[in-house]
Amino acid sequence: MGHVAIADQAEEELHEPGSFITRYIWSQDHKVIAIQYGITAIVVGLVALVLSGMMRLQLAFPNAFSFIDPESYYQFVTMHGMIMIVYLLTALLLGGFGNYLIPLMIGARDMVFPFLNMLSYWVYLLSVIVLLASFFVPAGPTGAGWTLYPPQSILEGTPGVEWGIMLMLVSLAIFIVAFTMGGLNYVTTILQARTRGMTLMRMPLSVWGIFIATILGLFAFPALFVSAIMMMLDHLVGTSFFMPALISQGETVSHDGGSPIMFQHLFWFFGHPEVYIVALPAFGIVSDLISTHARKNIFGYRMMVWAILAIGVLSFVVWAHHMYVSGMHPYFGFFFATTTLIIAVPTAIKVYNWVLTLWRGNIRLTVPMLFAIGFIFSFVNGGLTGLYLGNVVVDVPLSDTYFVVGHFHMVMGVSPILVIFGAIYHWFPKITGRMLDERLGKIHFWLTFLGTYAVYLPMHYLGFLGVPRRYYAYGTTEFIPDSAQALNVNITVAALIVAVVQIVFIVNVIWSLVRGERASGNPWDATTLEWQTPETPPRHGNWGDELPTVYRWAYDYSVPGREEDFVPQNEPLSSDELKESENRERGEGQ
Amino acid sequence: MATESNYYVPEQSKLPILMALGLGLAAWGAGTWVQGGSAMVFLAGALVLAFVFYTWFSTVVRENMAGLNSEQLKRSYVWGMSWFIFSEVMFFAVFFGALLYVRMLVLPWLSEGETGKLLWDGFEASWPLYDTPAEAVGGAGATVRGPEETISPWHLPLINTIILLTSSVTVHFAHTALKKENRKNFNLWLAITVILGCVFLFFQVEEYYEAYTELGLTLNSGIYGTTFFMLTGFHGAHVTLGTFMLFVQLVRGLKGHFSHDDCFGFEASSWYWHFVDVVWVGLFIFVYVLGS
Repeated sequence: MGHVAIADQAEEELHEPGSFITRYIWSQDHKVIAIQYGITAIVVGLVALVLSGMMRLQLAFPNAFSFIDPESYYQFVTMHGMIMIVYLLTALLLGGFGNYLIPLMIGARDMVFPFLNMLSYWVYLLSVIVLLASFFVPAGPTGAGWTLYPPQSILEGTPGVEWGIMLMLVSLAIFIVAFTMGGLNYVTTILQARTRGMTLMRMPLSVWGIFIATILGLFAFPALFVSAIMMMLDHLVGTSFFMPALISQGETVSHDGGSPIMFQHLFWFFGHPEVYIVALPAFGIVSDLISTHARKNIFGYRMMVWAILAIGVLSFVVWAHHMYVSGMHPYFGFFFATTTLIIAVPTAIKVYNWVLTLWRGNIRLTVPMLFAIGFIFSFVNGGLTGLYLGNVVVDVPLSDTYFVVGHFHMVMGVSPILVIFGAIYHWFPKITGRMLDERLGKIHFWLTFLGTYAVYLPMHYLGFLGVPRRYYAYGTTEFIPDSAQALNVNITVAALIVAVVQIVFIVNVIWSLVRGERASGNPWDATTLEWQTPETPPRHGNWGDELPTVYRWAYDYSVPGREEDFVPQNEPLSSDELKESENRERGEGQ
Repeated sequence: MATESNYYVPEQSKLPILMALGLGLAAWGAGTWVQGGSAMVFLAGALVLAFVFYTWFSTVVRENMAGLNSEQLKRSYVWGMSWFIFSEVMFFAVFFGALLYVRMLVLPWLSEGETGKLLWDGFEASWPLYDTPAEAVGGAGATVRGPEETISPWHLPLINTIILLTSSVTVHFAHTALKKENRKNFNLWLAITVILGCVFLFFQVEEYYEAYTELGLTLNSGIYGTTFFMLTGFHGAHVTLGTFMLFVQLVRGLKGHFSHDDCFGFEASSWYWHFVDVVWVGLFIFVYVLGS
């Protein structure tokens, strides 16, 4: 619903928002919905950031803070993980950037189903409210760990087993409903609403990344939905999907014959694609950032697209590498280790192509570019430790140690977050019409980038020592030396600095919103369509009277013989180019 | 691809907020209801949701009737529905995966070598498991009891299979009638399909009643009962939704909506119907025939 076909301009004025409420609350404009998604995700992400700070305080100074007891520590662990992965990264990259960029980059006036789009945001907001409500119910949120493994997650004694776990499962189910509504919309829009000349192989890689990630989501989220429903029934009605017969606190539980490992399979069948639901949009966006700010065409565009597709397909056959120590047939371990290492091939192709795009480029070290290059470093680091953990024999001793924490925070936490920051610095001028402050941005980048290294590199070492993850306090053991505690203090100090530095970013955003330098329509001299809109920020409907027509791919930077070092996608081919493309076609015809 | 002729700018709307509110109310109400509270909150939420869906879809229909929908938007509806069904396929694939995992992997592993003896003396891997561990250890006083019998596939389930397969054919007849602009036959075949859907649901309820009262097969009778009710129950929910969708199309058909080249509302519902039909065939084979 909600498309009113408009024949004449006068009626459009009716929809031009007036007051704050009509502009930002009732609106079905994809740009407004993107901003709503973005702000909500960032706010809930800040909550998760505070939680991680509390965890670090406890680990560095055990028992020094009375408000962090073992129960609340596990609740913080759980909520931090779930919020960061689902409610921040997935929502911000797909709901936020997906919503903002898809119509603008493919030259559409809006999503094809604007009403569904708006529905998606409000249902997402509901899921966030339900999740955060668990902080205020008796016994607080669930402390089962973000993976929610049964039987422990619904057994007496786990924090939040009364209310918290139910709210978590309900919230996840609602989130998935919201994601499905948004996801159907993104996929259909990309397939249906591309403007004239925008063939699939001319789309910017950002759109490709978001497109494939959304498809992964449509395939993977039902697994989480189903497991959430099953666990709810186990908890509420007494079914036995995941609950074996067992004795808990001296009493036989009223469940029988379920399989806890089955939950792990279902969860990771969602959970591993989820890694790529977050990573693929980040891959796409970073490709565009690098190409734009290196003033060079992306190296191997076709290869990049195929790599995205290959990663998407492979991500469905690697899930059990999260379960090497859960107990499985050795042949299964062999299979999943092999597929996991195969996925490194398309990923490595992408990394090579980013580096080769930088190679001899006319690099402008703007803030978005710094974040993009920072991403390459942290992603390579996290990816390489992934090769360790993908091998069964290496994984078994390292499993459930801080090595794992270091690995996935590097590859799945820091890397996408760096891309998100880069993307915000990059598109902020288009979204608001003002530039973010460059100097504050550089301070923000360096402290965040170096700070995360100070946090996560030592964790790998802790992992080699055998320090287990998810422990509230370590006490004294034979194998953990005292120096590990000194390292823990250092990590905490670094983590708190990184957390505080984000204030610089928030200040930068608010200050720039009001006082920032006015941005031109295309401040980065970029080729893609969103920079060619008639107004900045684009008005409702994006393109004024006439939709743009696309004549070329998204990466015509530094084309030889051109005066300017970029050619927008909607600029018609010059006579030389026409001749060349005719020759090429004739050559192919022969 | 887009041209200026299908230039649209979405209007403003307050419905989505109402929908989120209704969904929240319904979820909260369902929670308190299941735990023994009153159903009023749930009903209120459901009413709000029904209102939103009614307003939403009647606007969609009205816009289409007024000829406001461009070719591009019509194609978008087709894609949107297709991706929705893909997502639903995954939903059921996960349930079937869970069933096969328990049956084909977990049970054989448990009975291999010494493991079976560790569970209890005389453990034998069979599907369904008539004895739960609680019964094997605790005997007659066990809280969790296995089913005494499973549903025989050759009575009600077979009838239901025939009913659903027939309804898939009748809905196809309705489609061909519409293609030939034969409104009378279209309404007739569609009505038959809706009735068949209702009969299916009636038998399904009957079967559940029998399972609970006579066979001791309940949601709580171990892993067999849980997977059985989960798969058939969610399928039943989808049949209910599908029947309702077809019923709406029937009402629209009686009102004279649709033409031979513009009937996606009907086509989408019939796709959905074929989808639940295929799922049922899978259920009949894997749950009923191979499961007893």
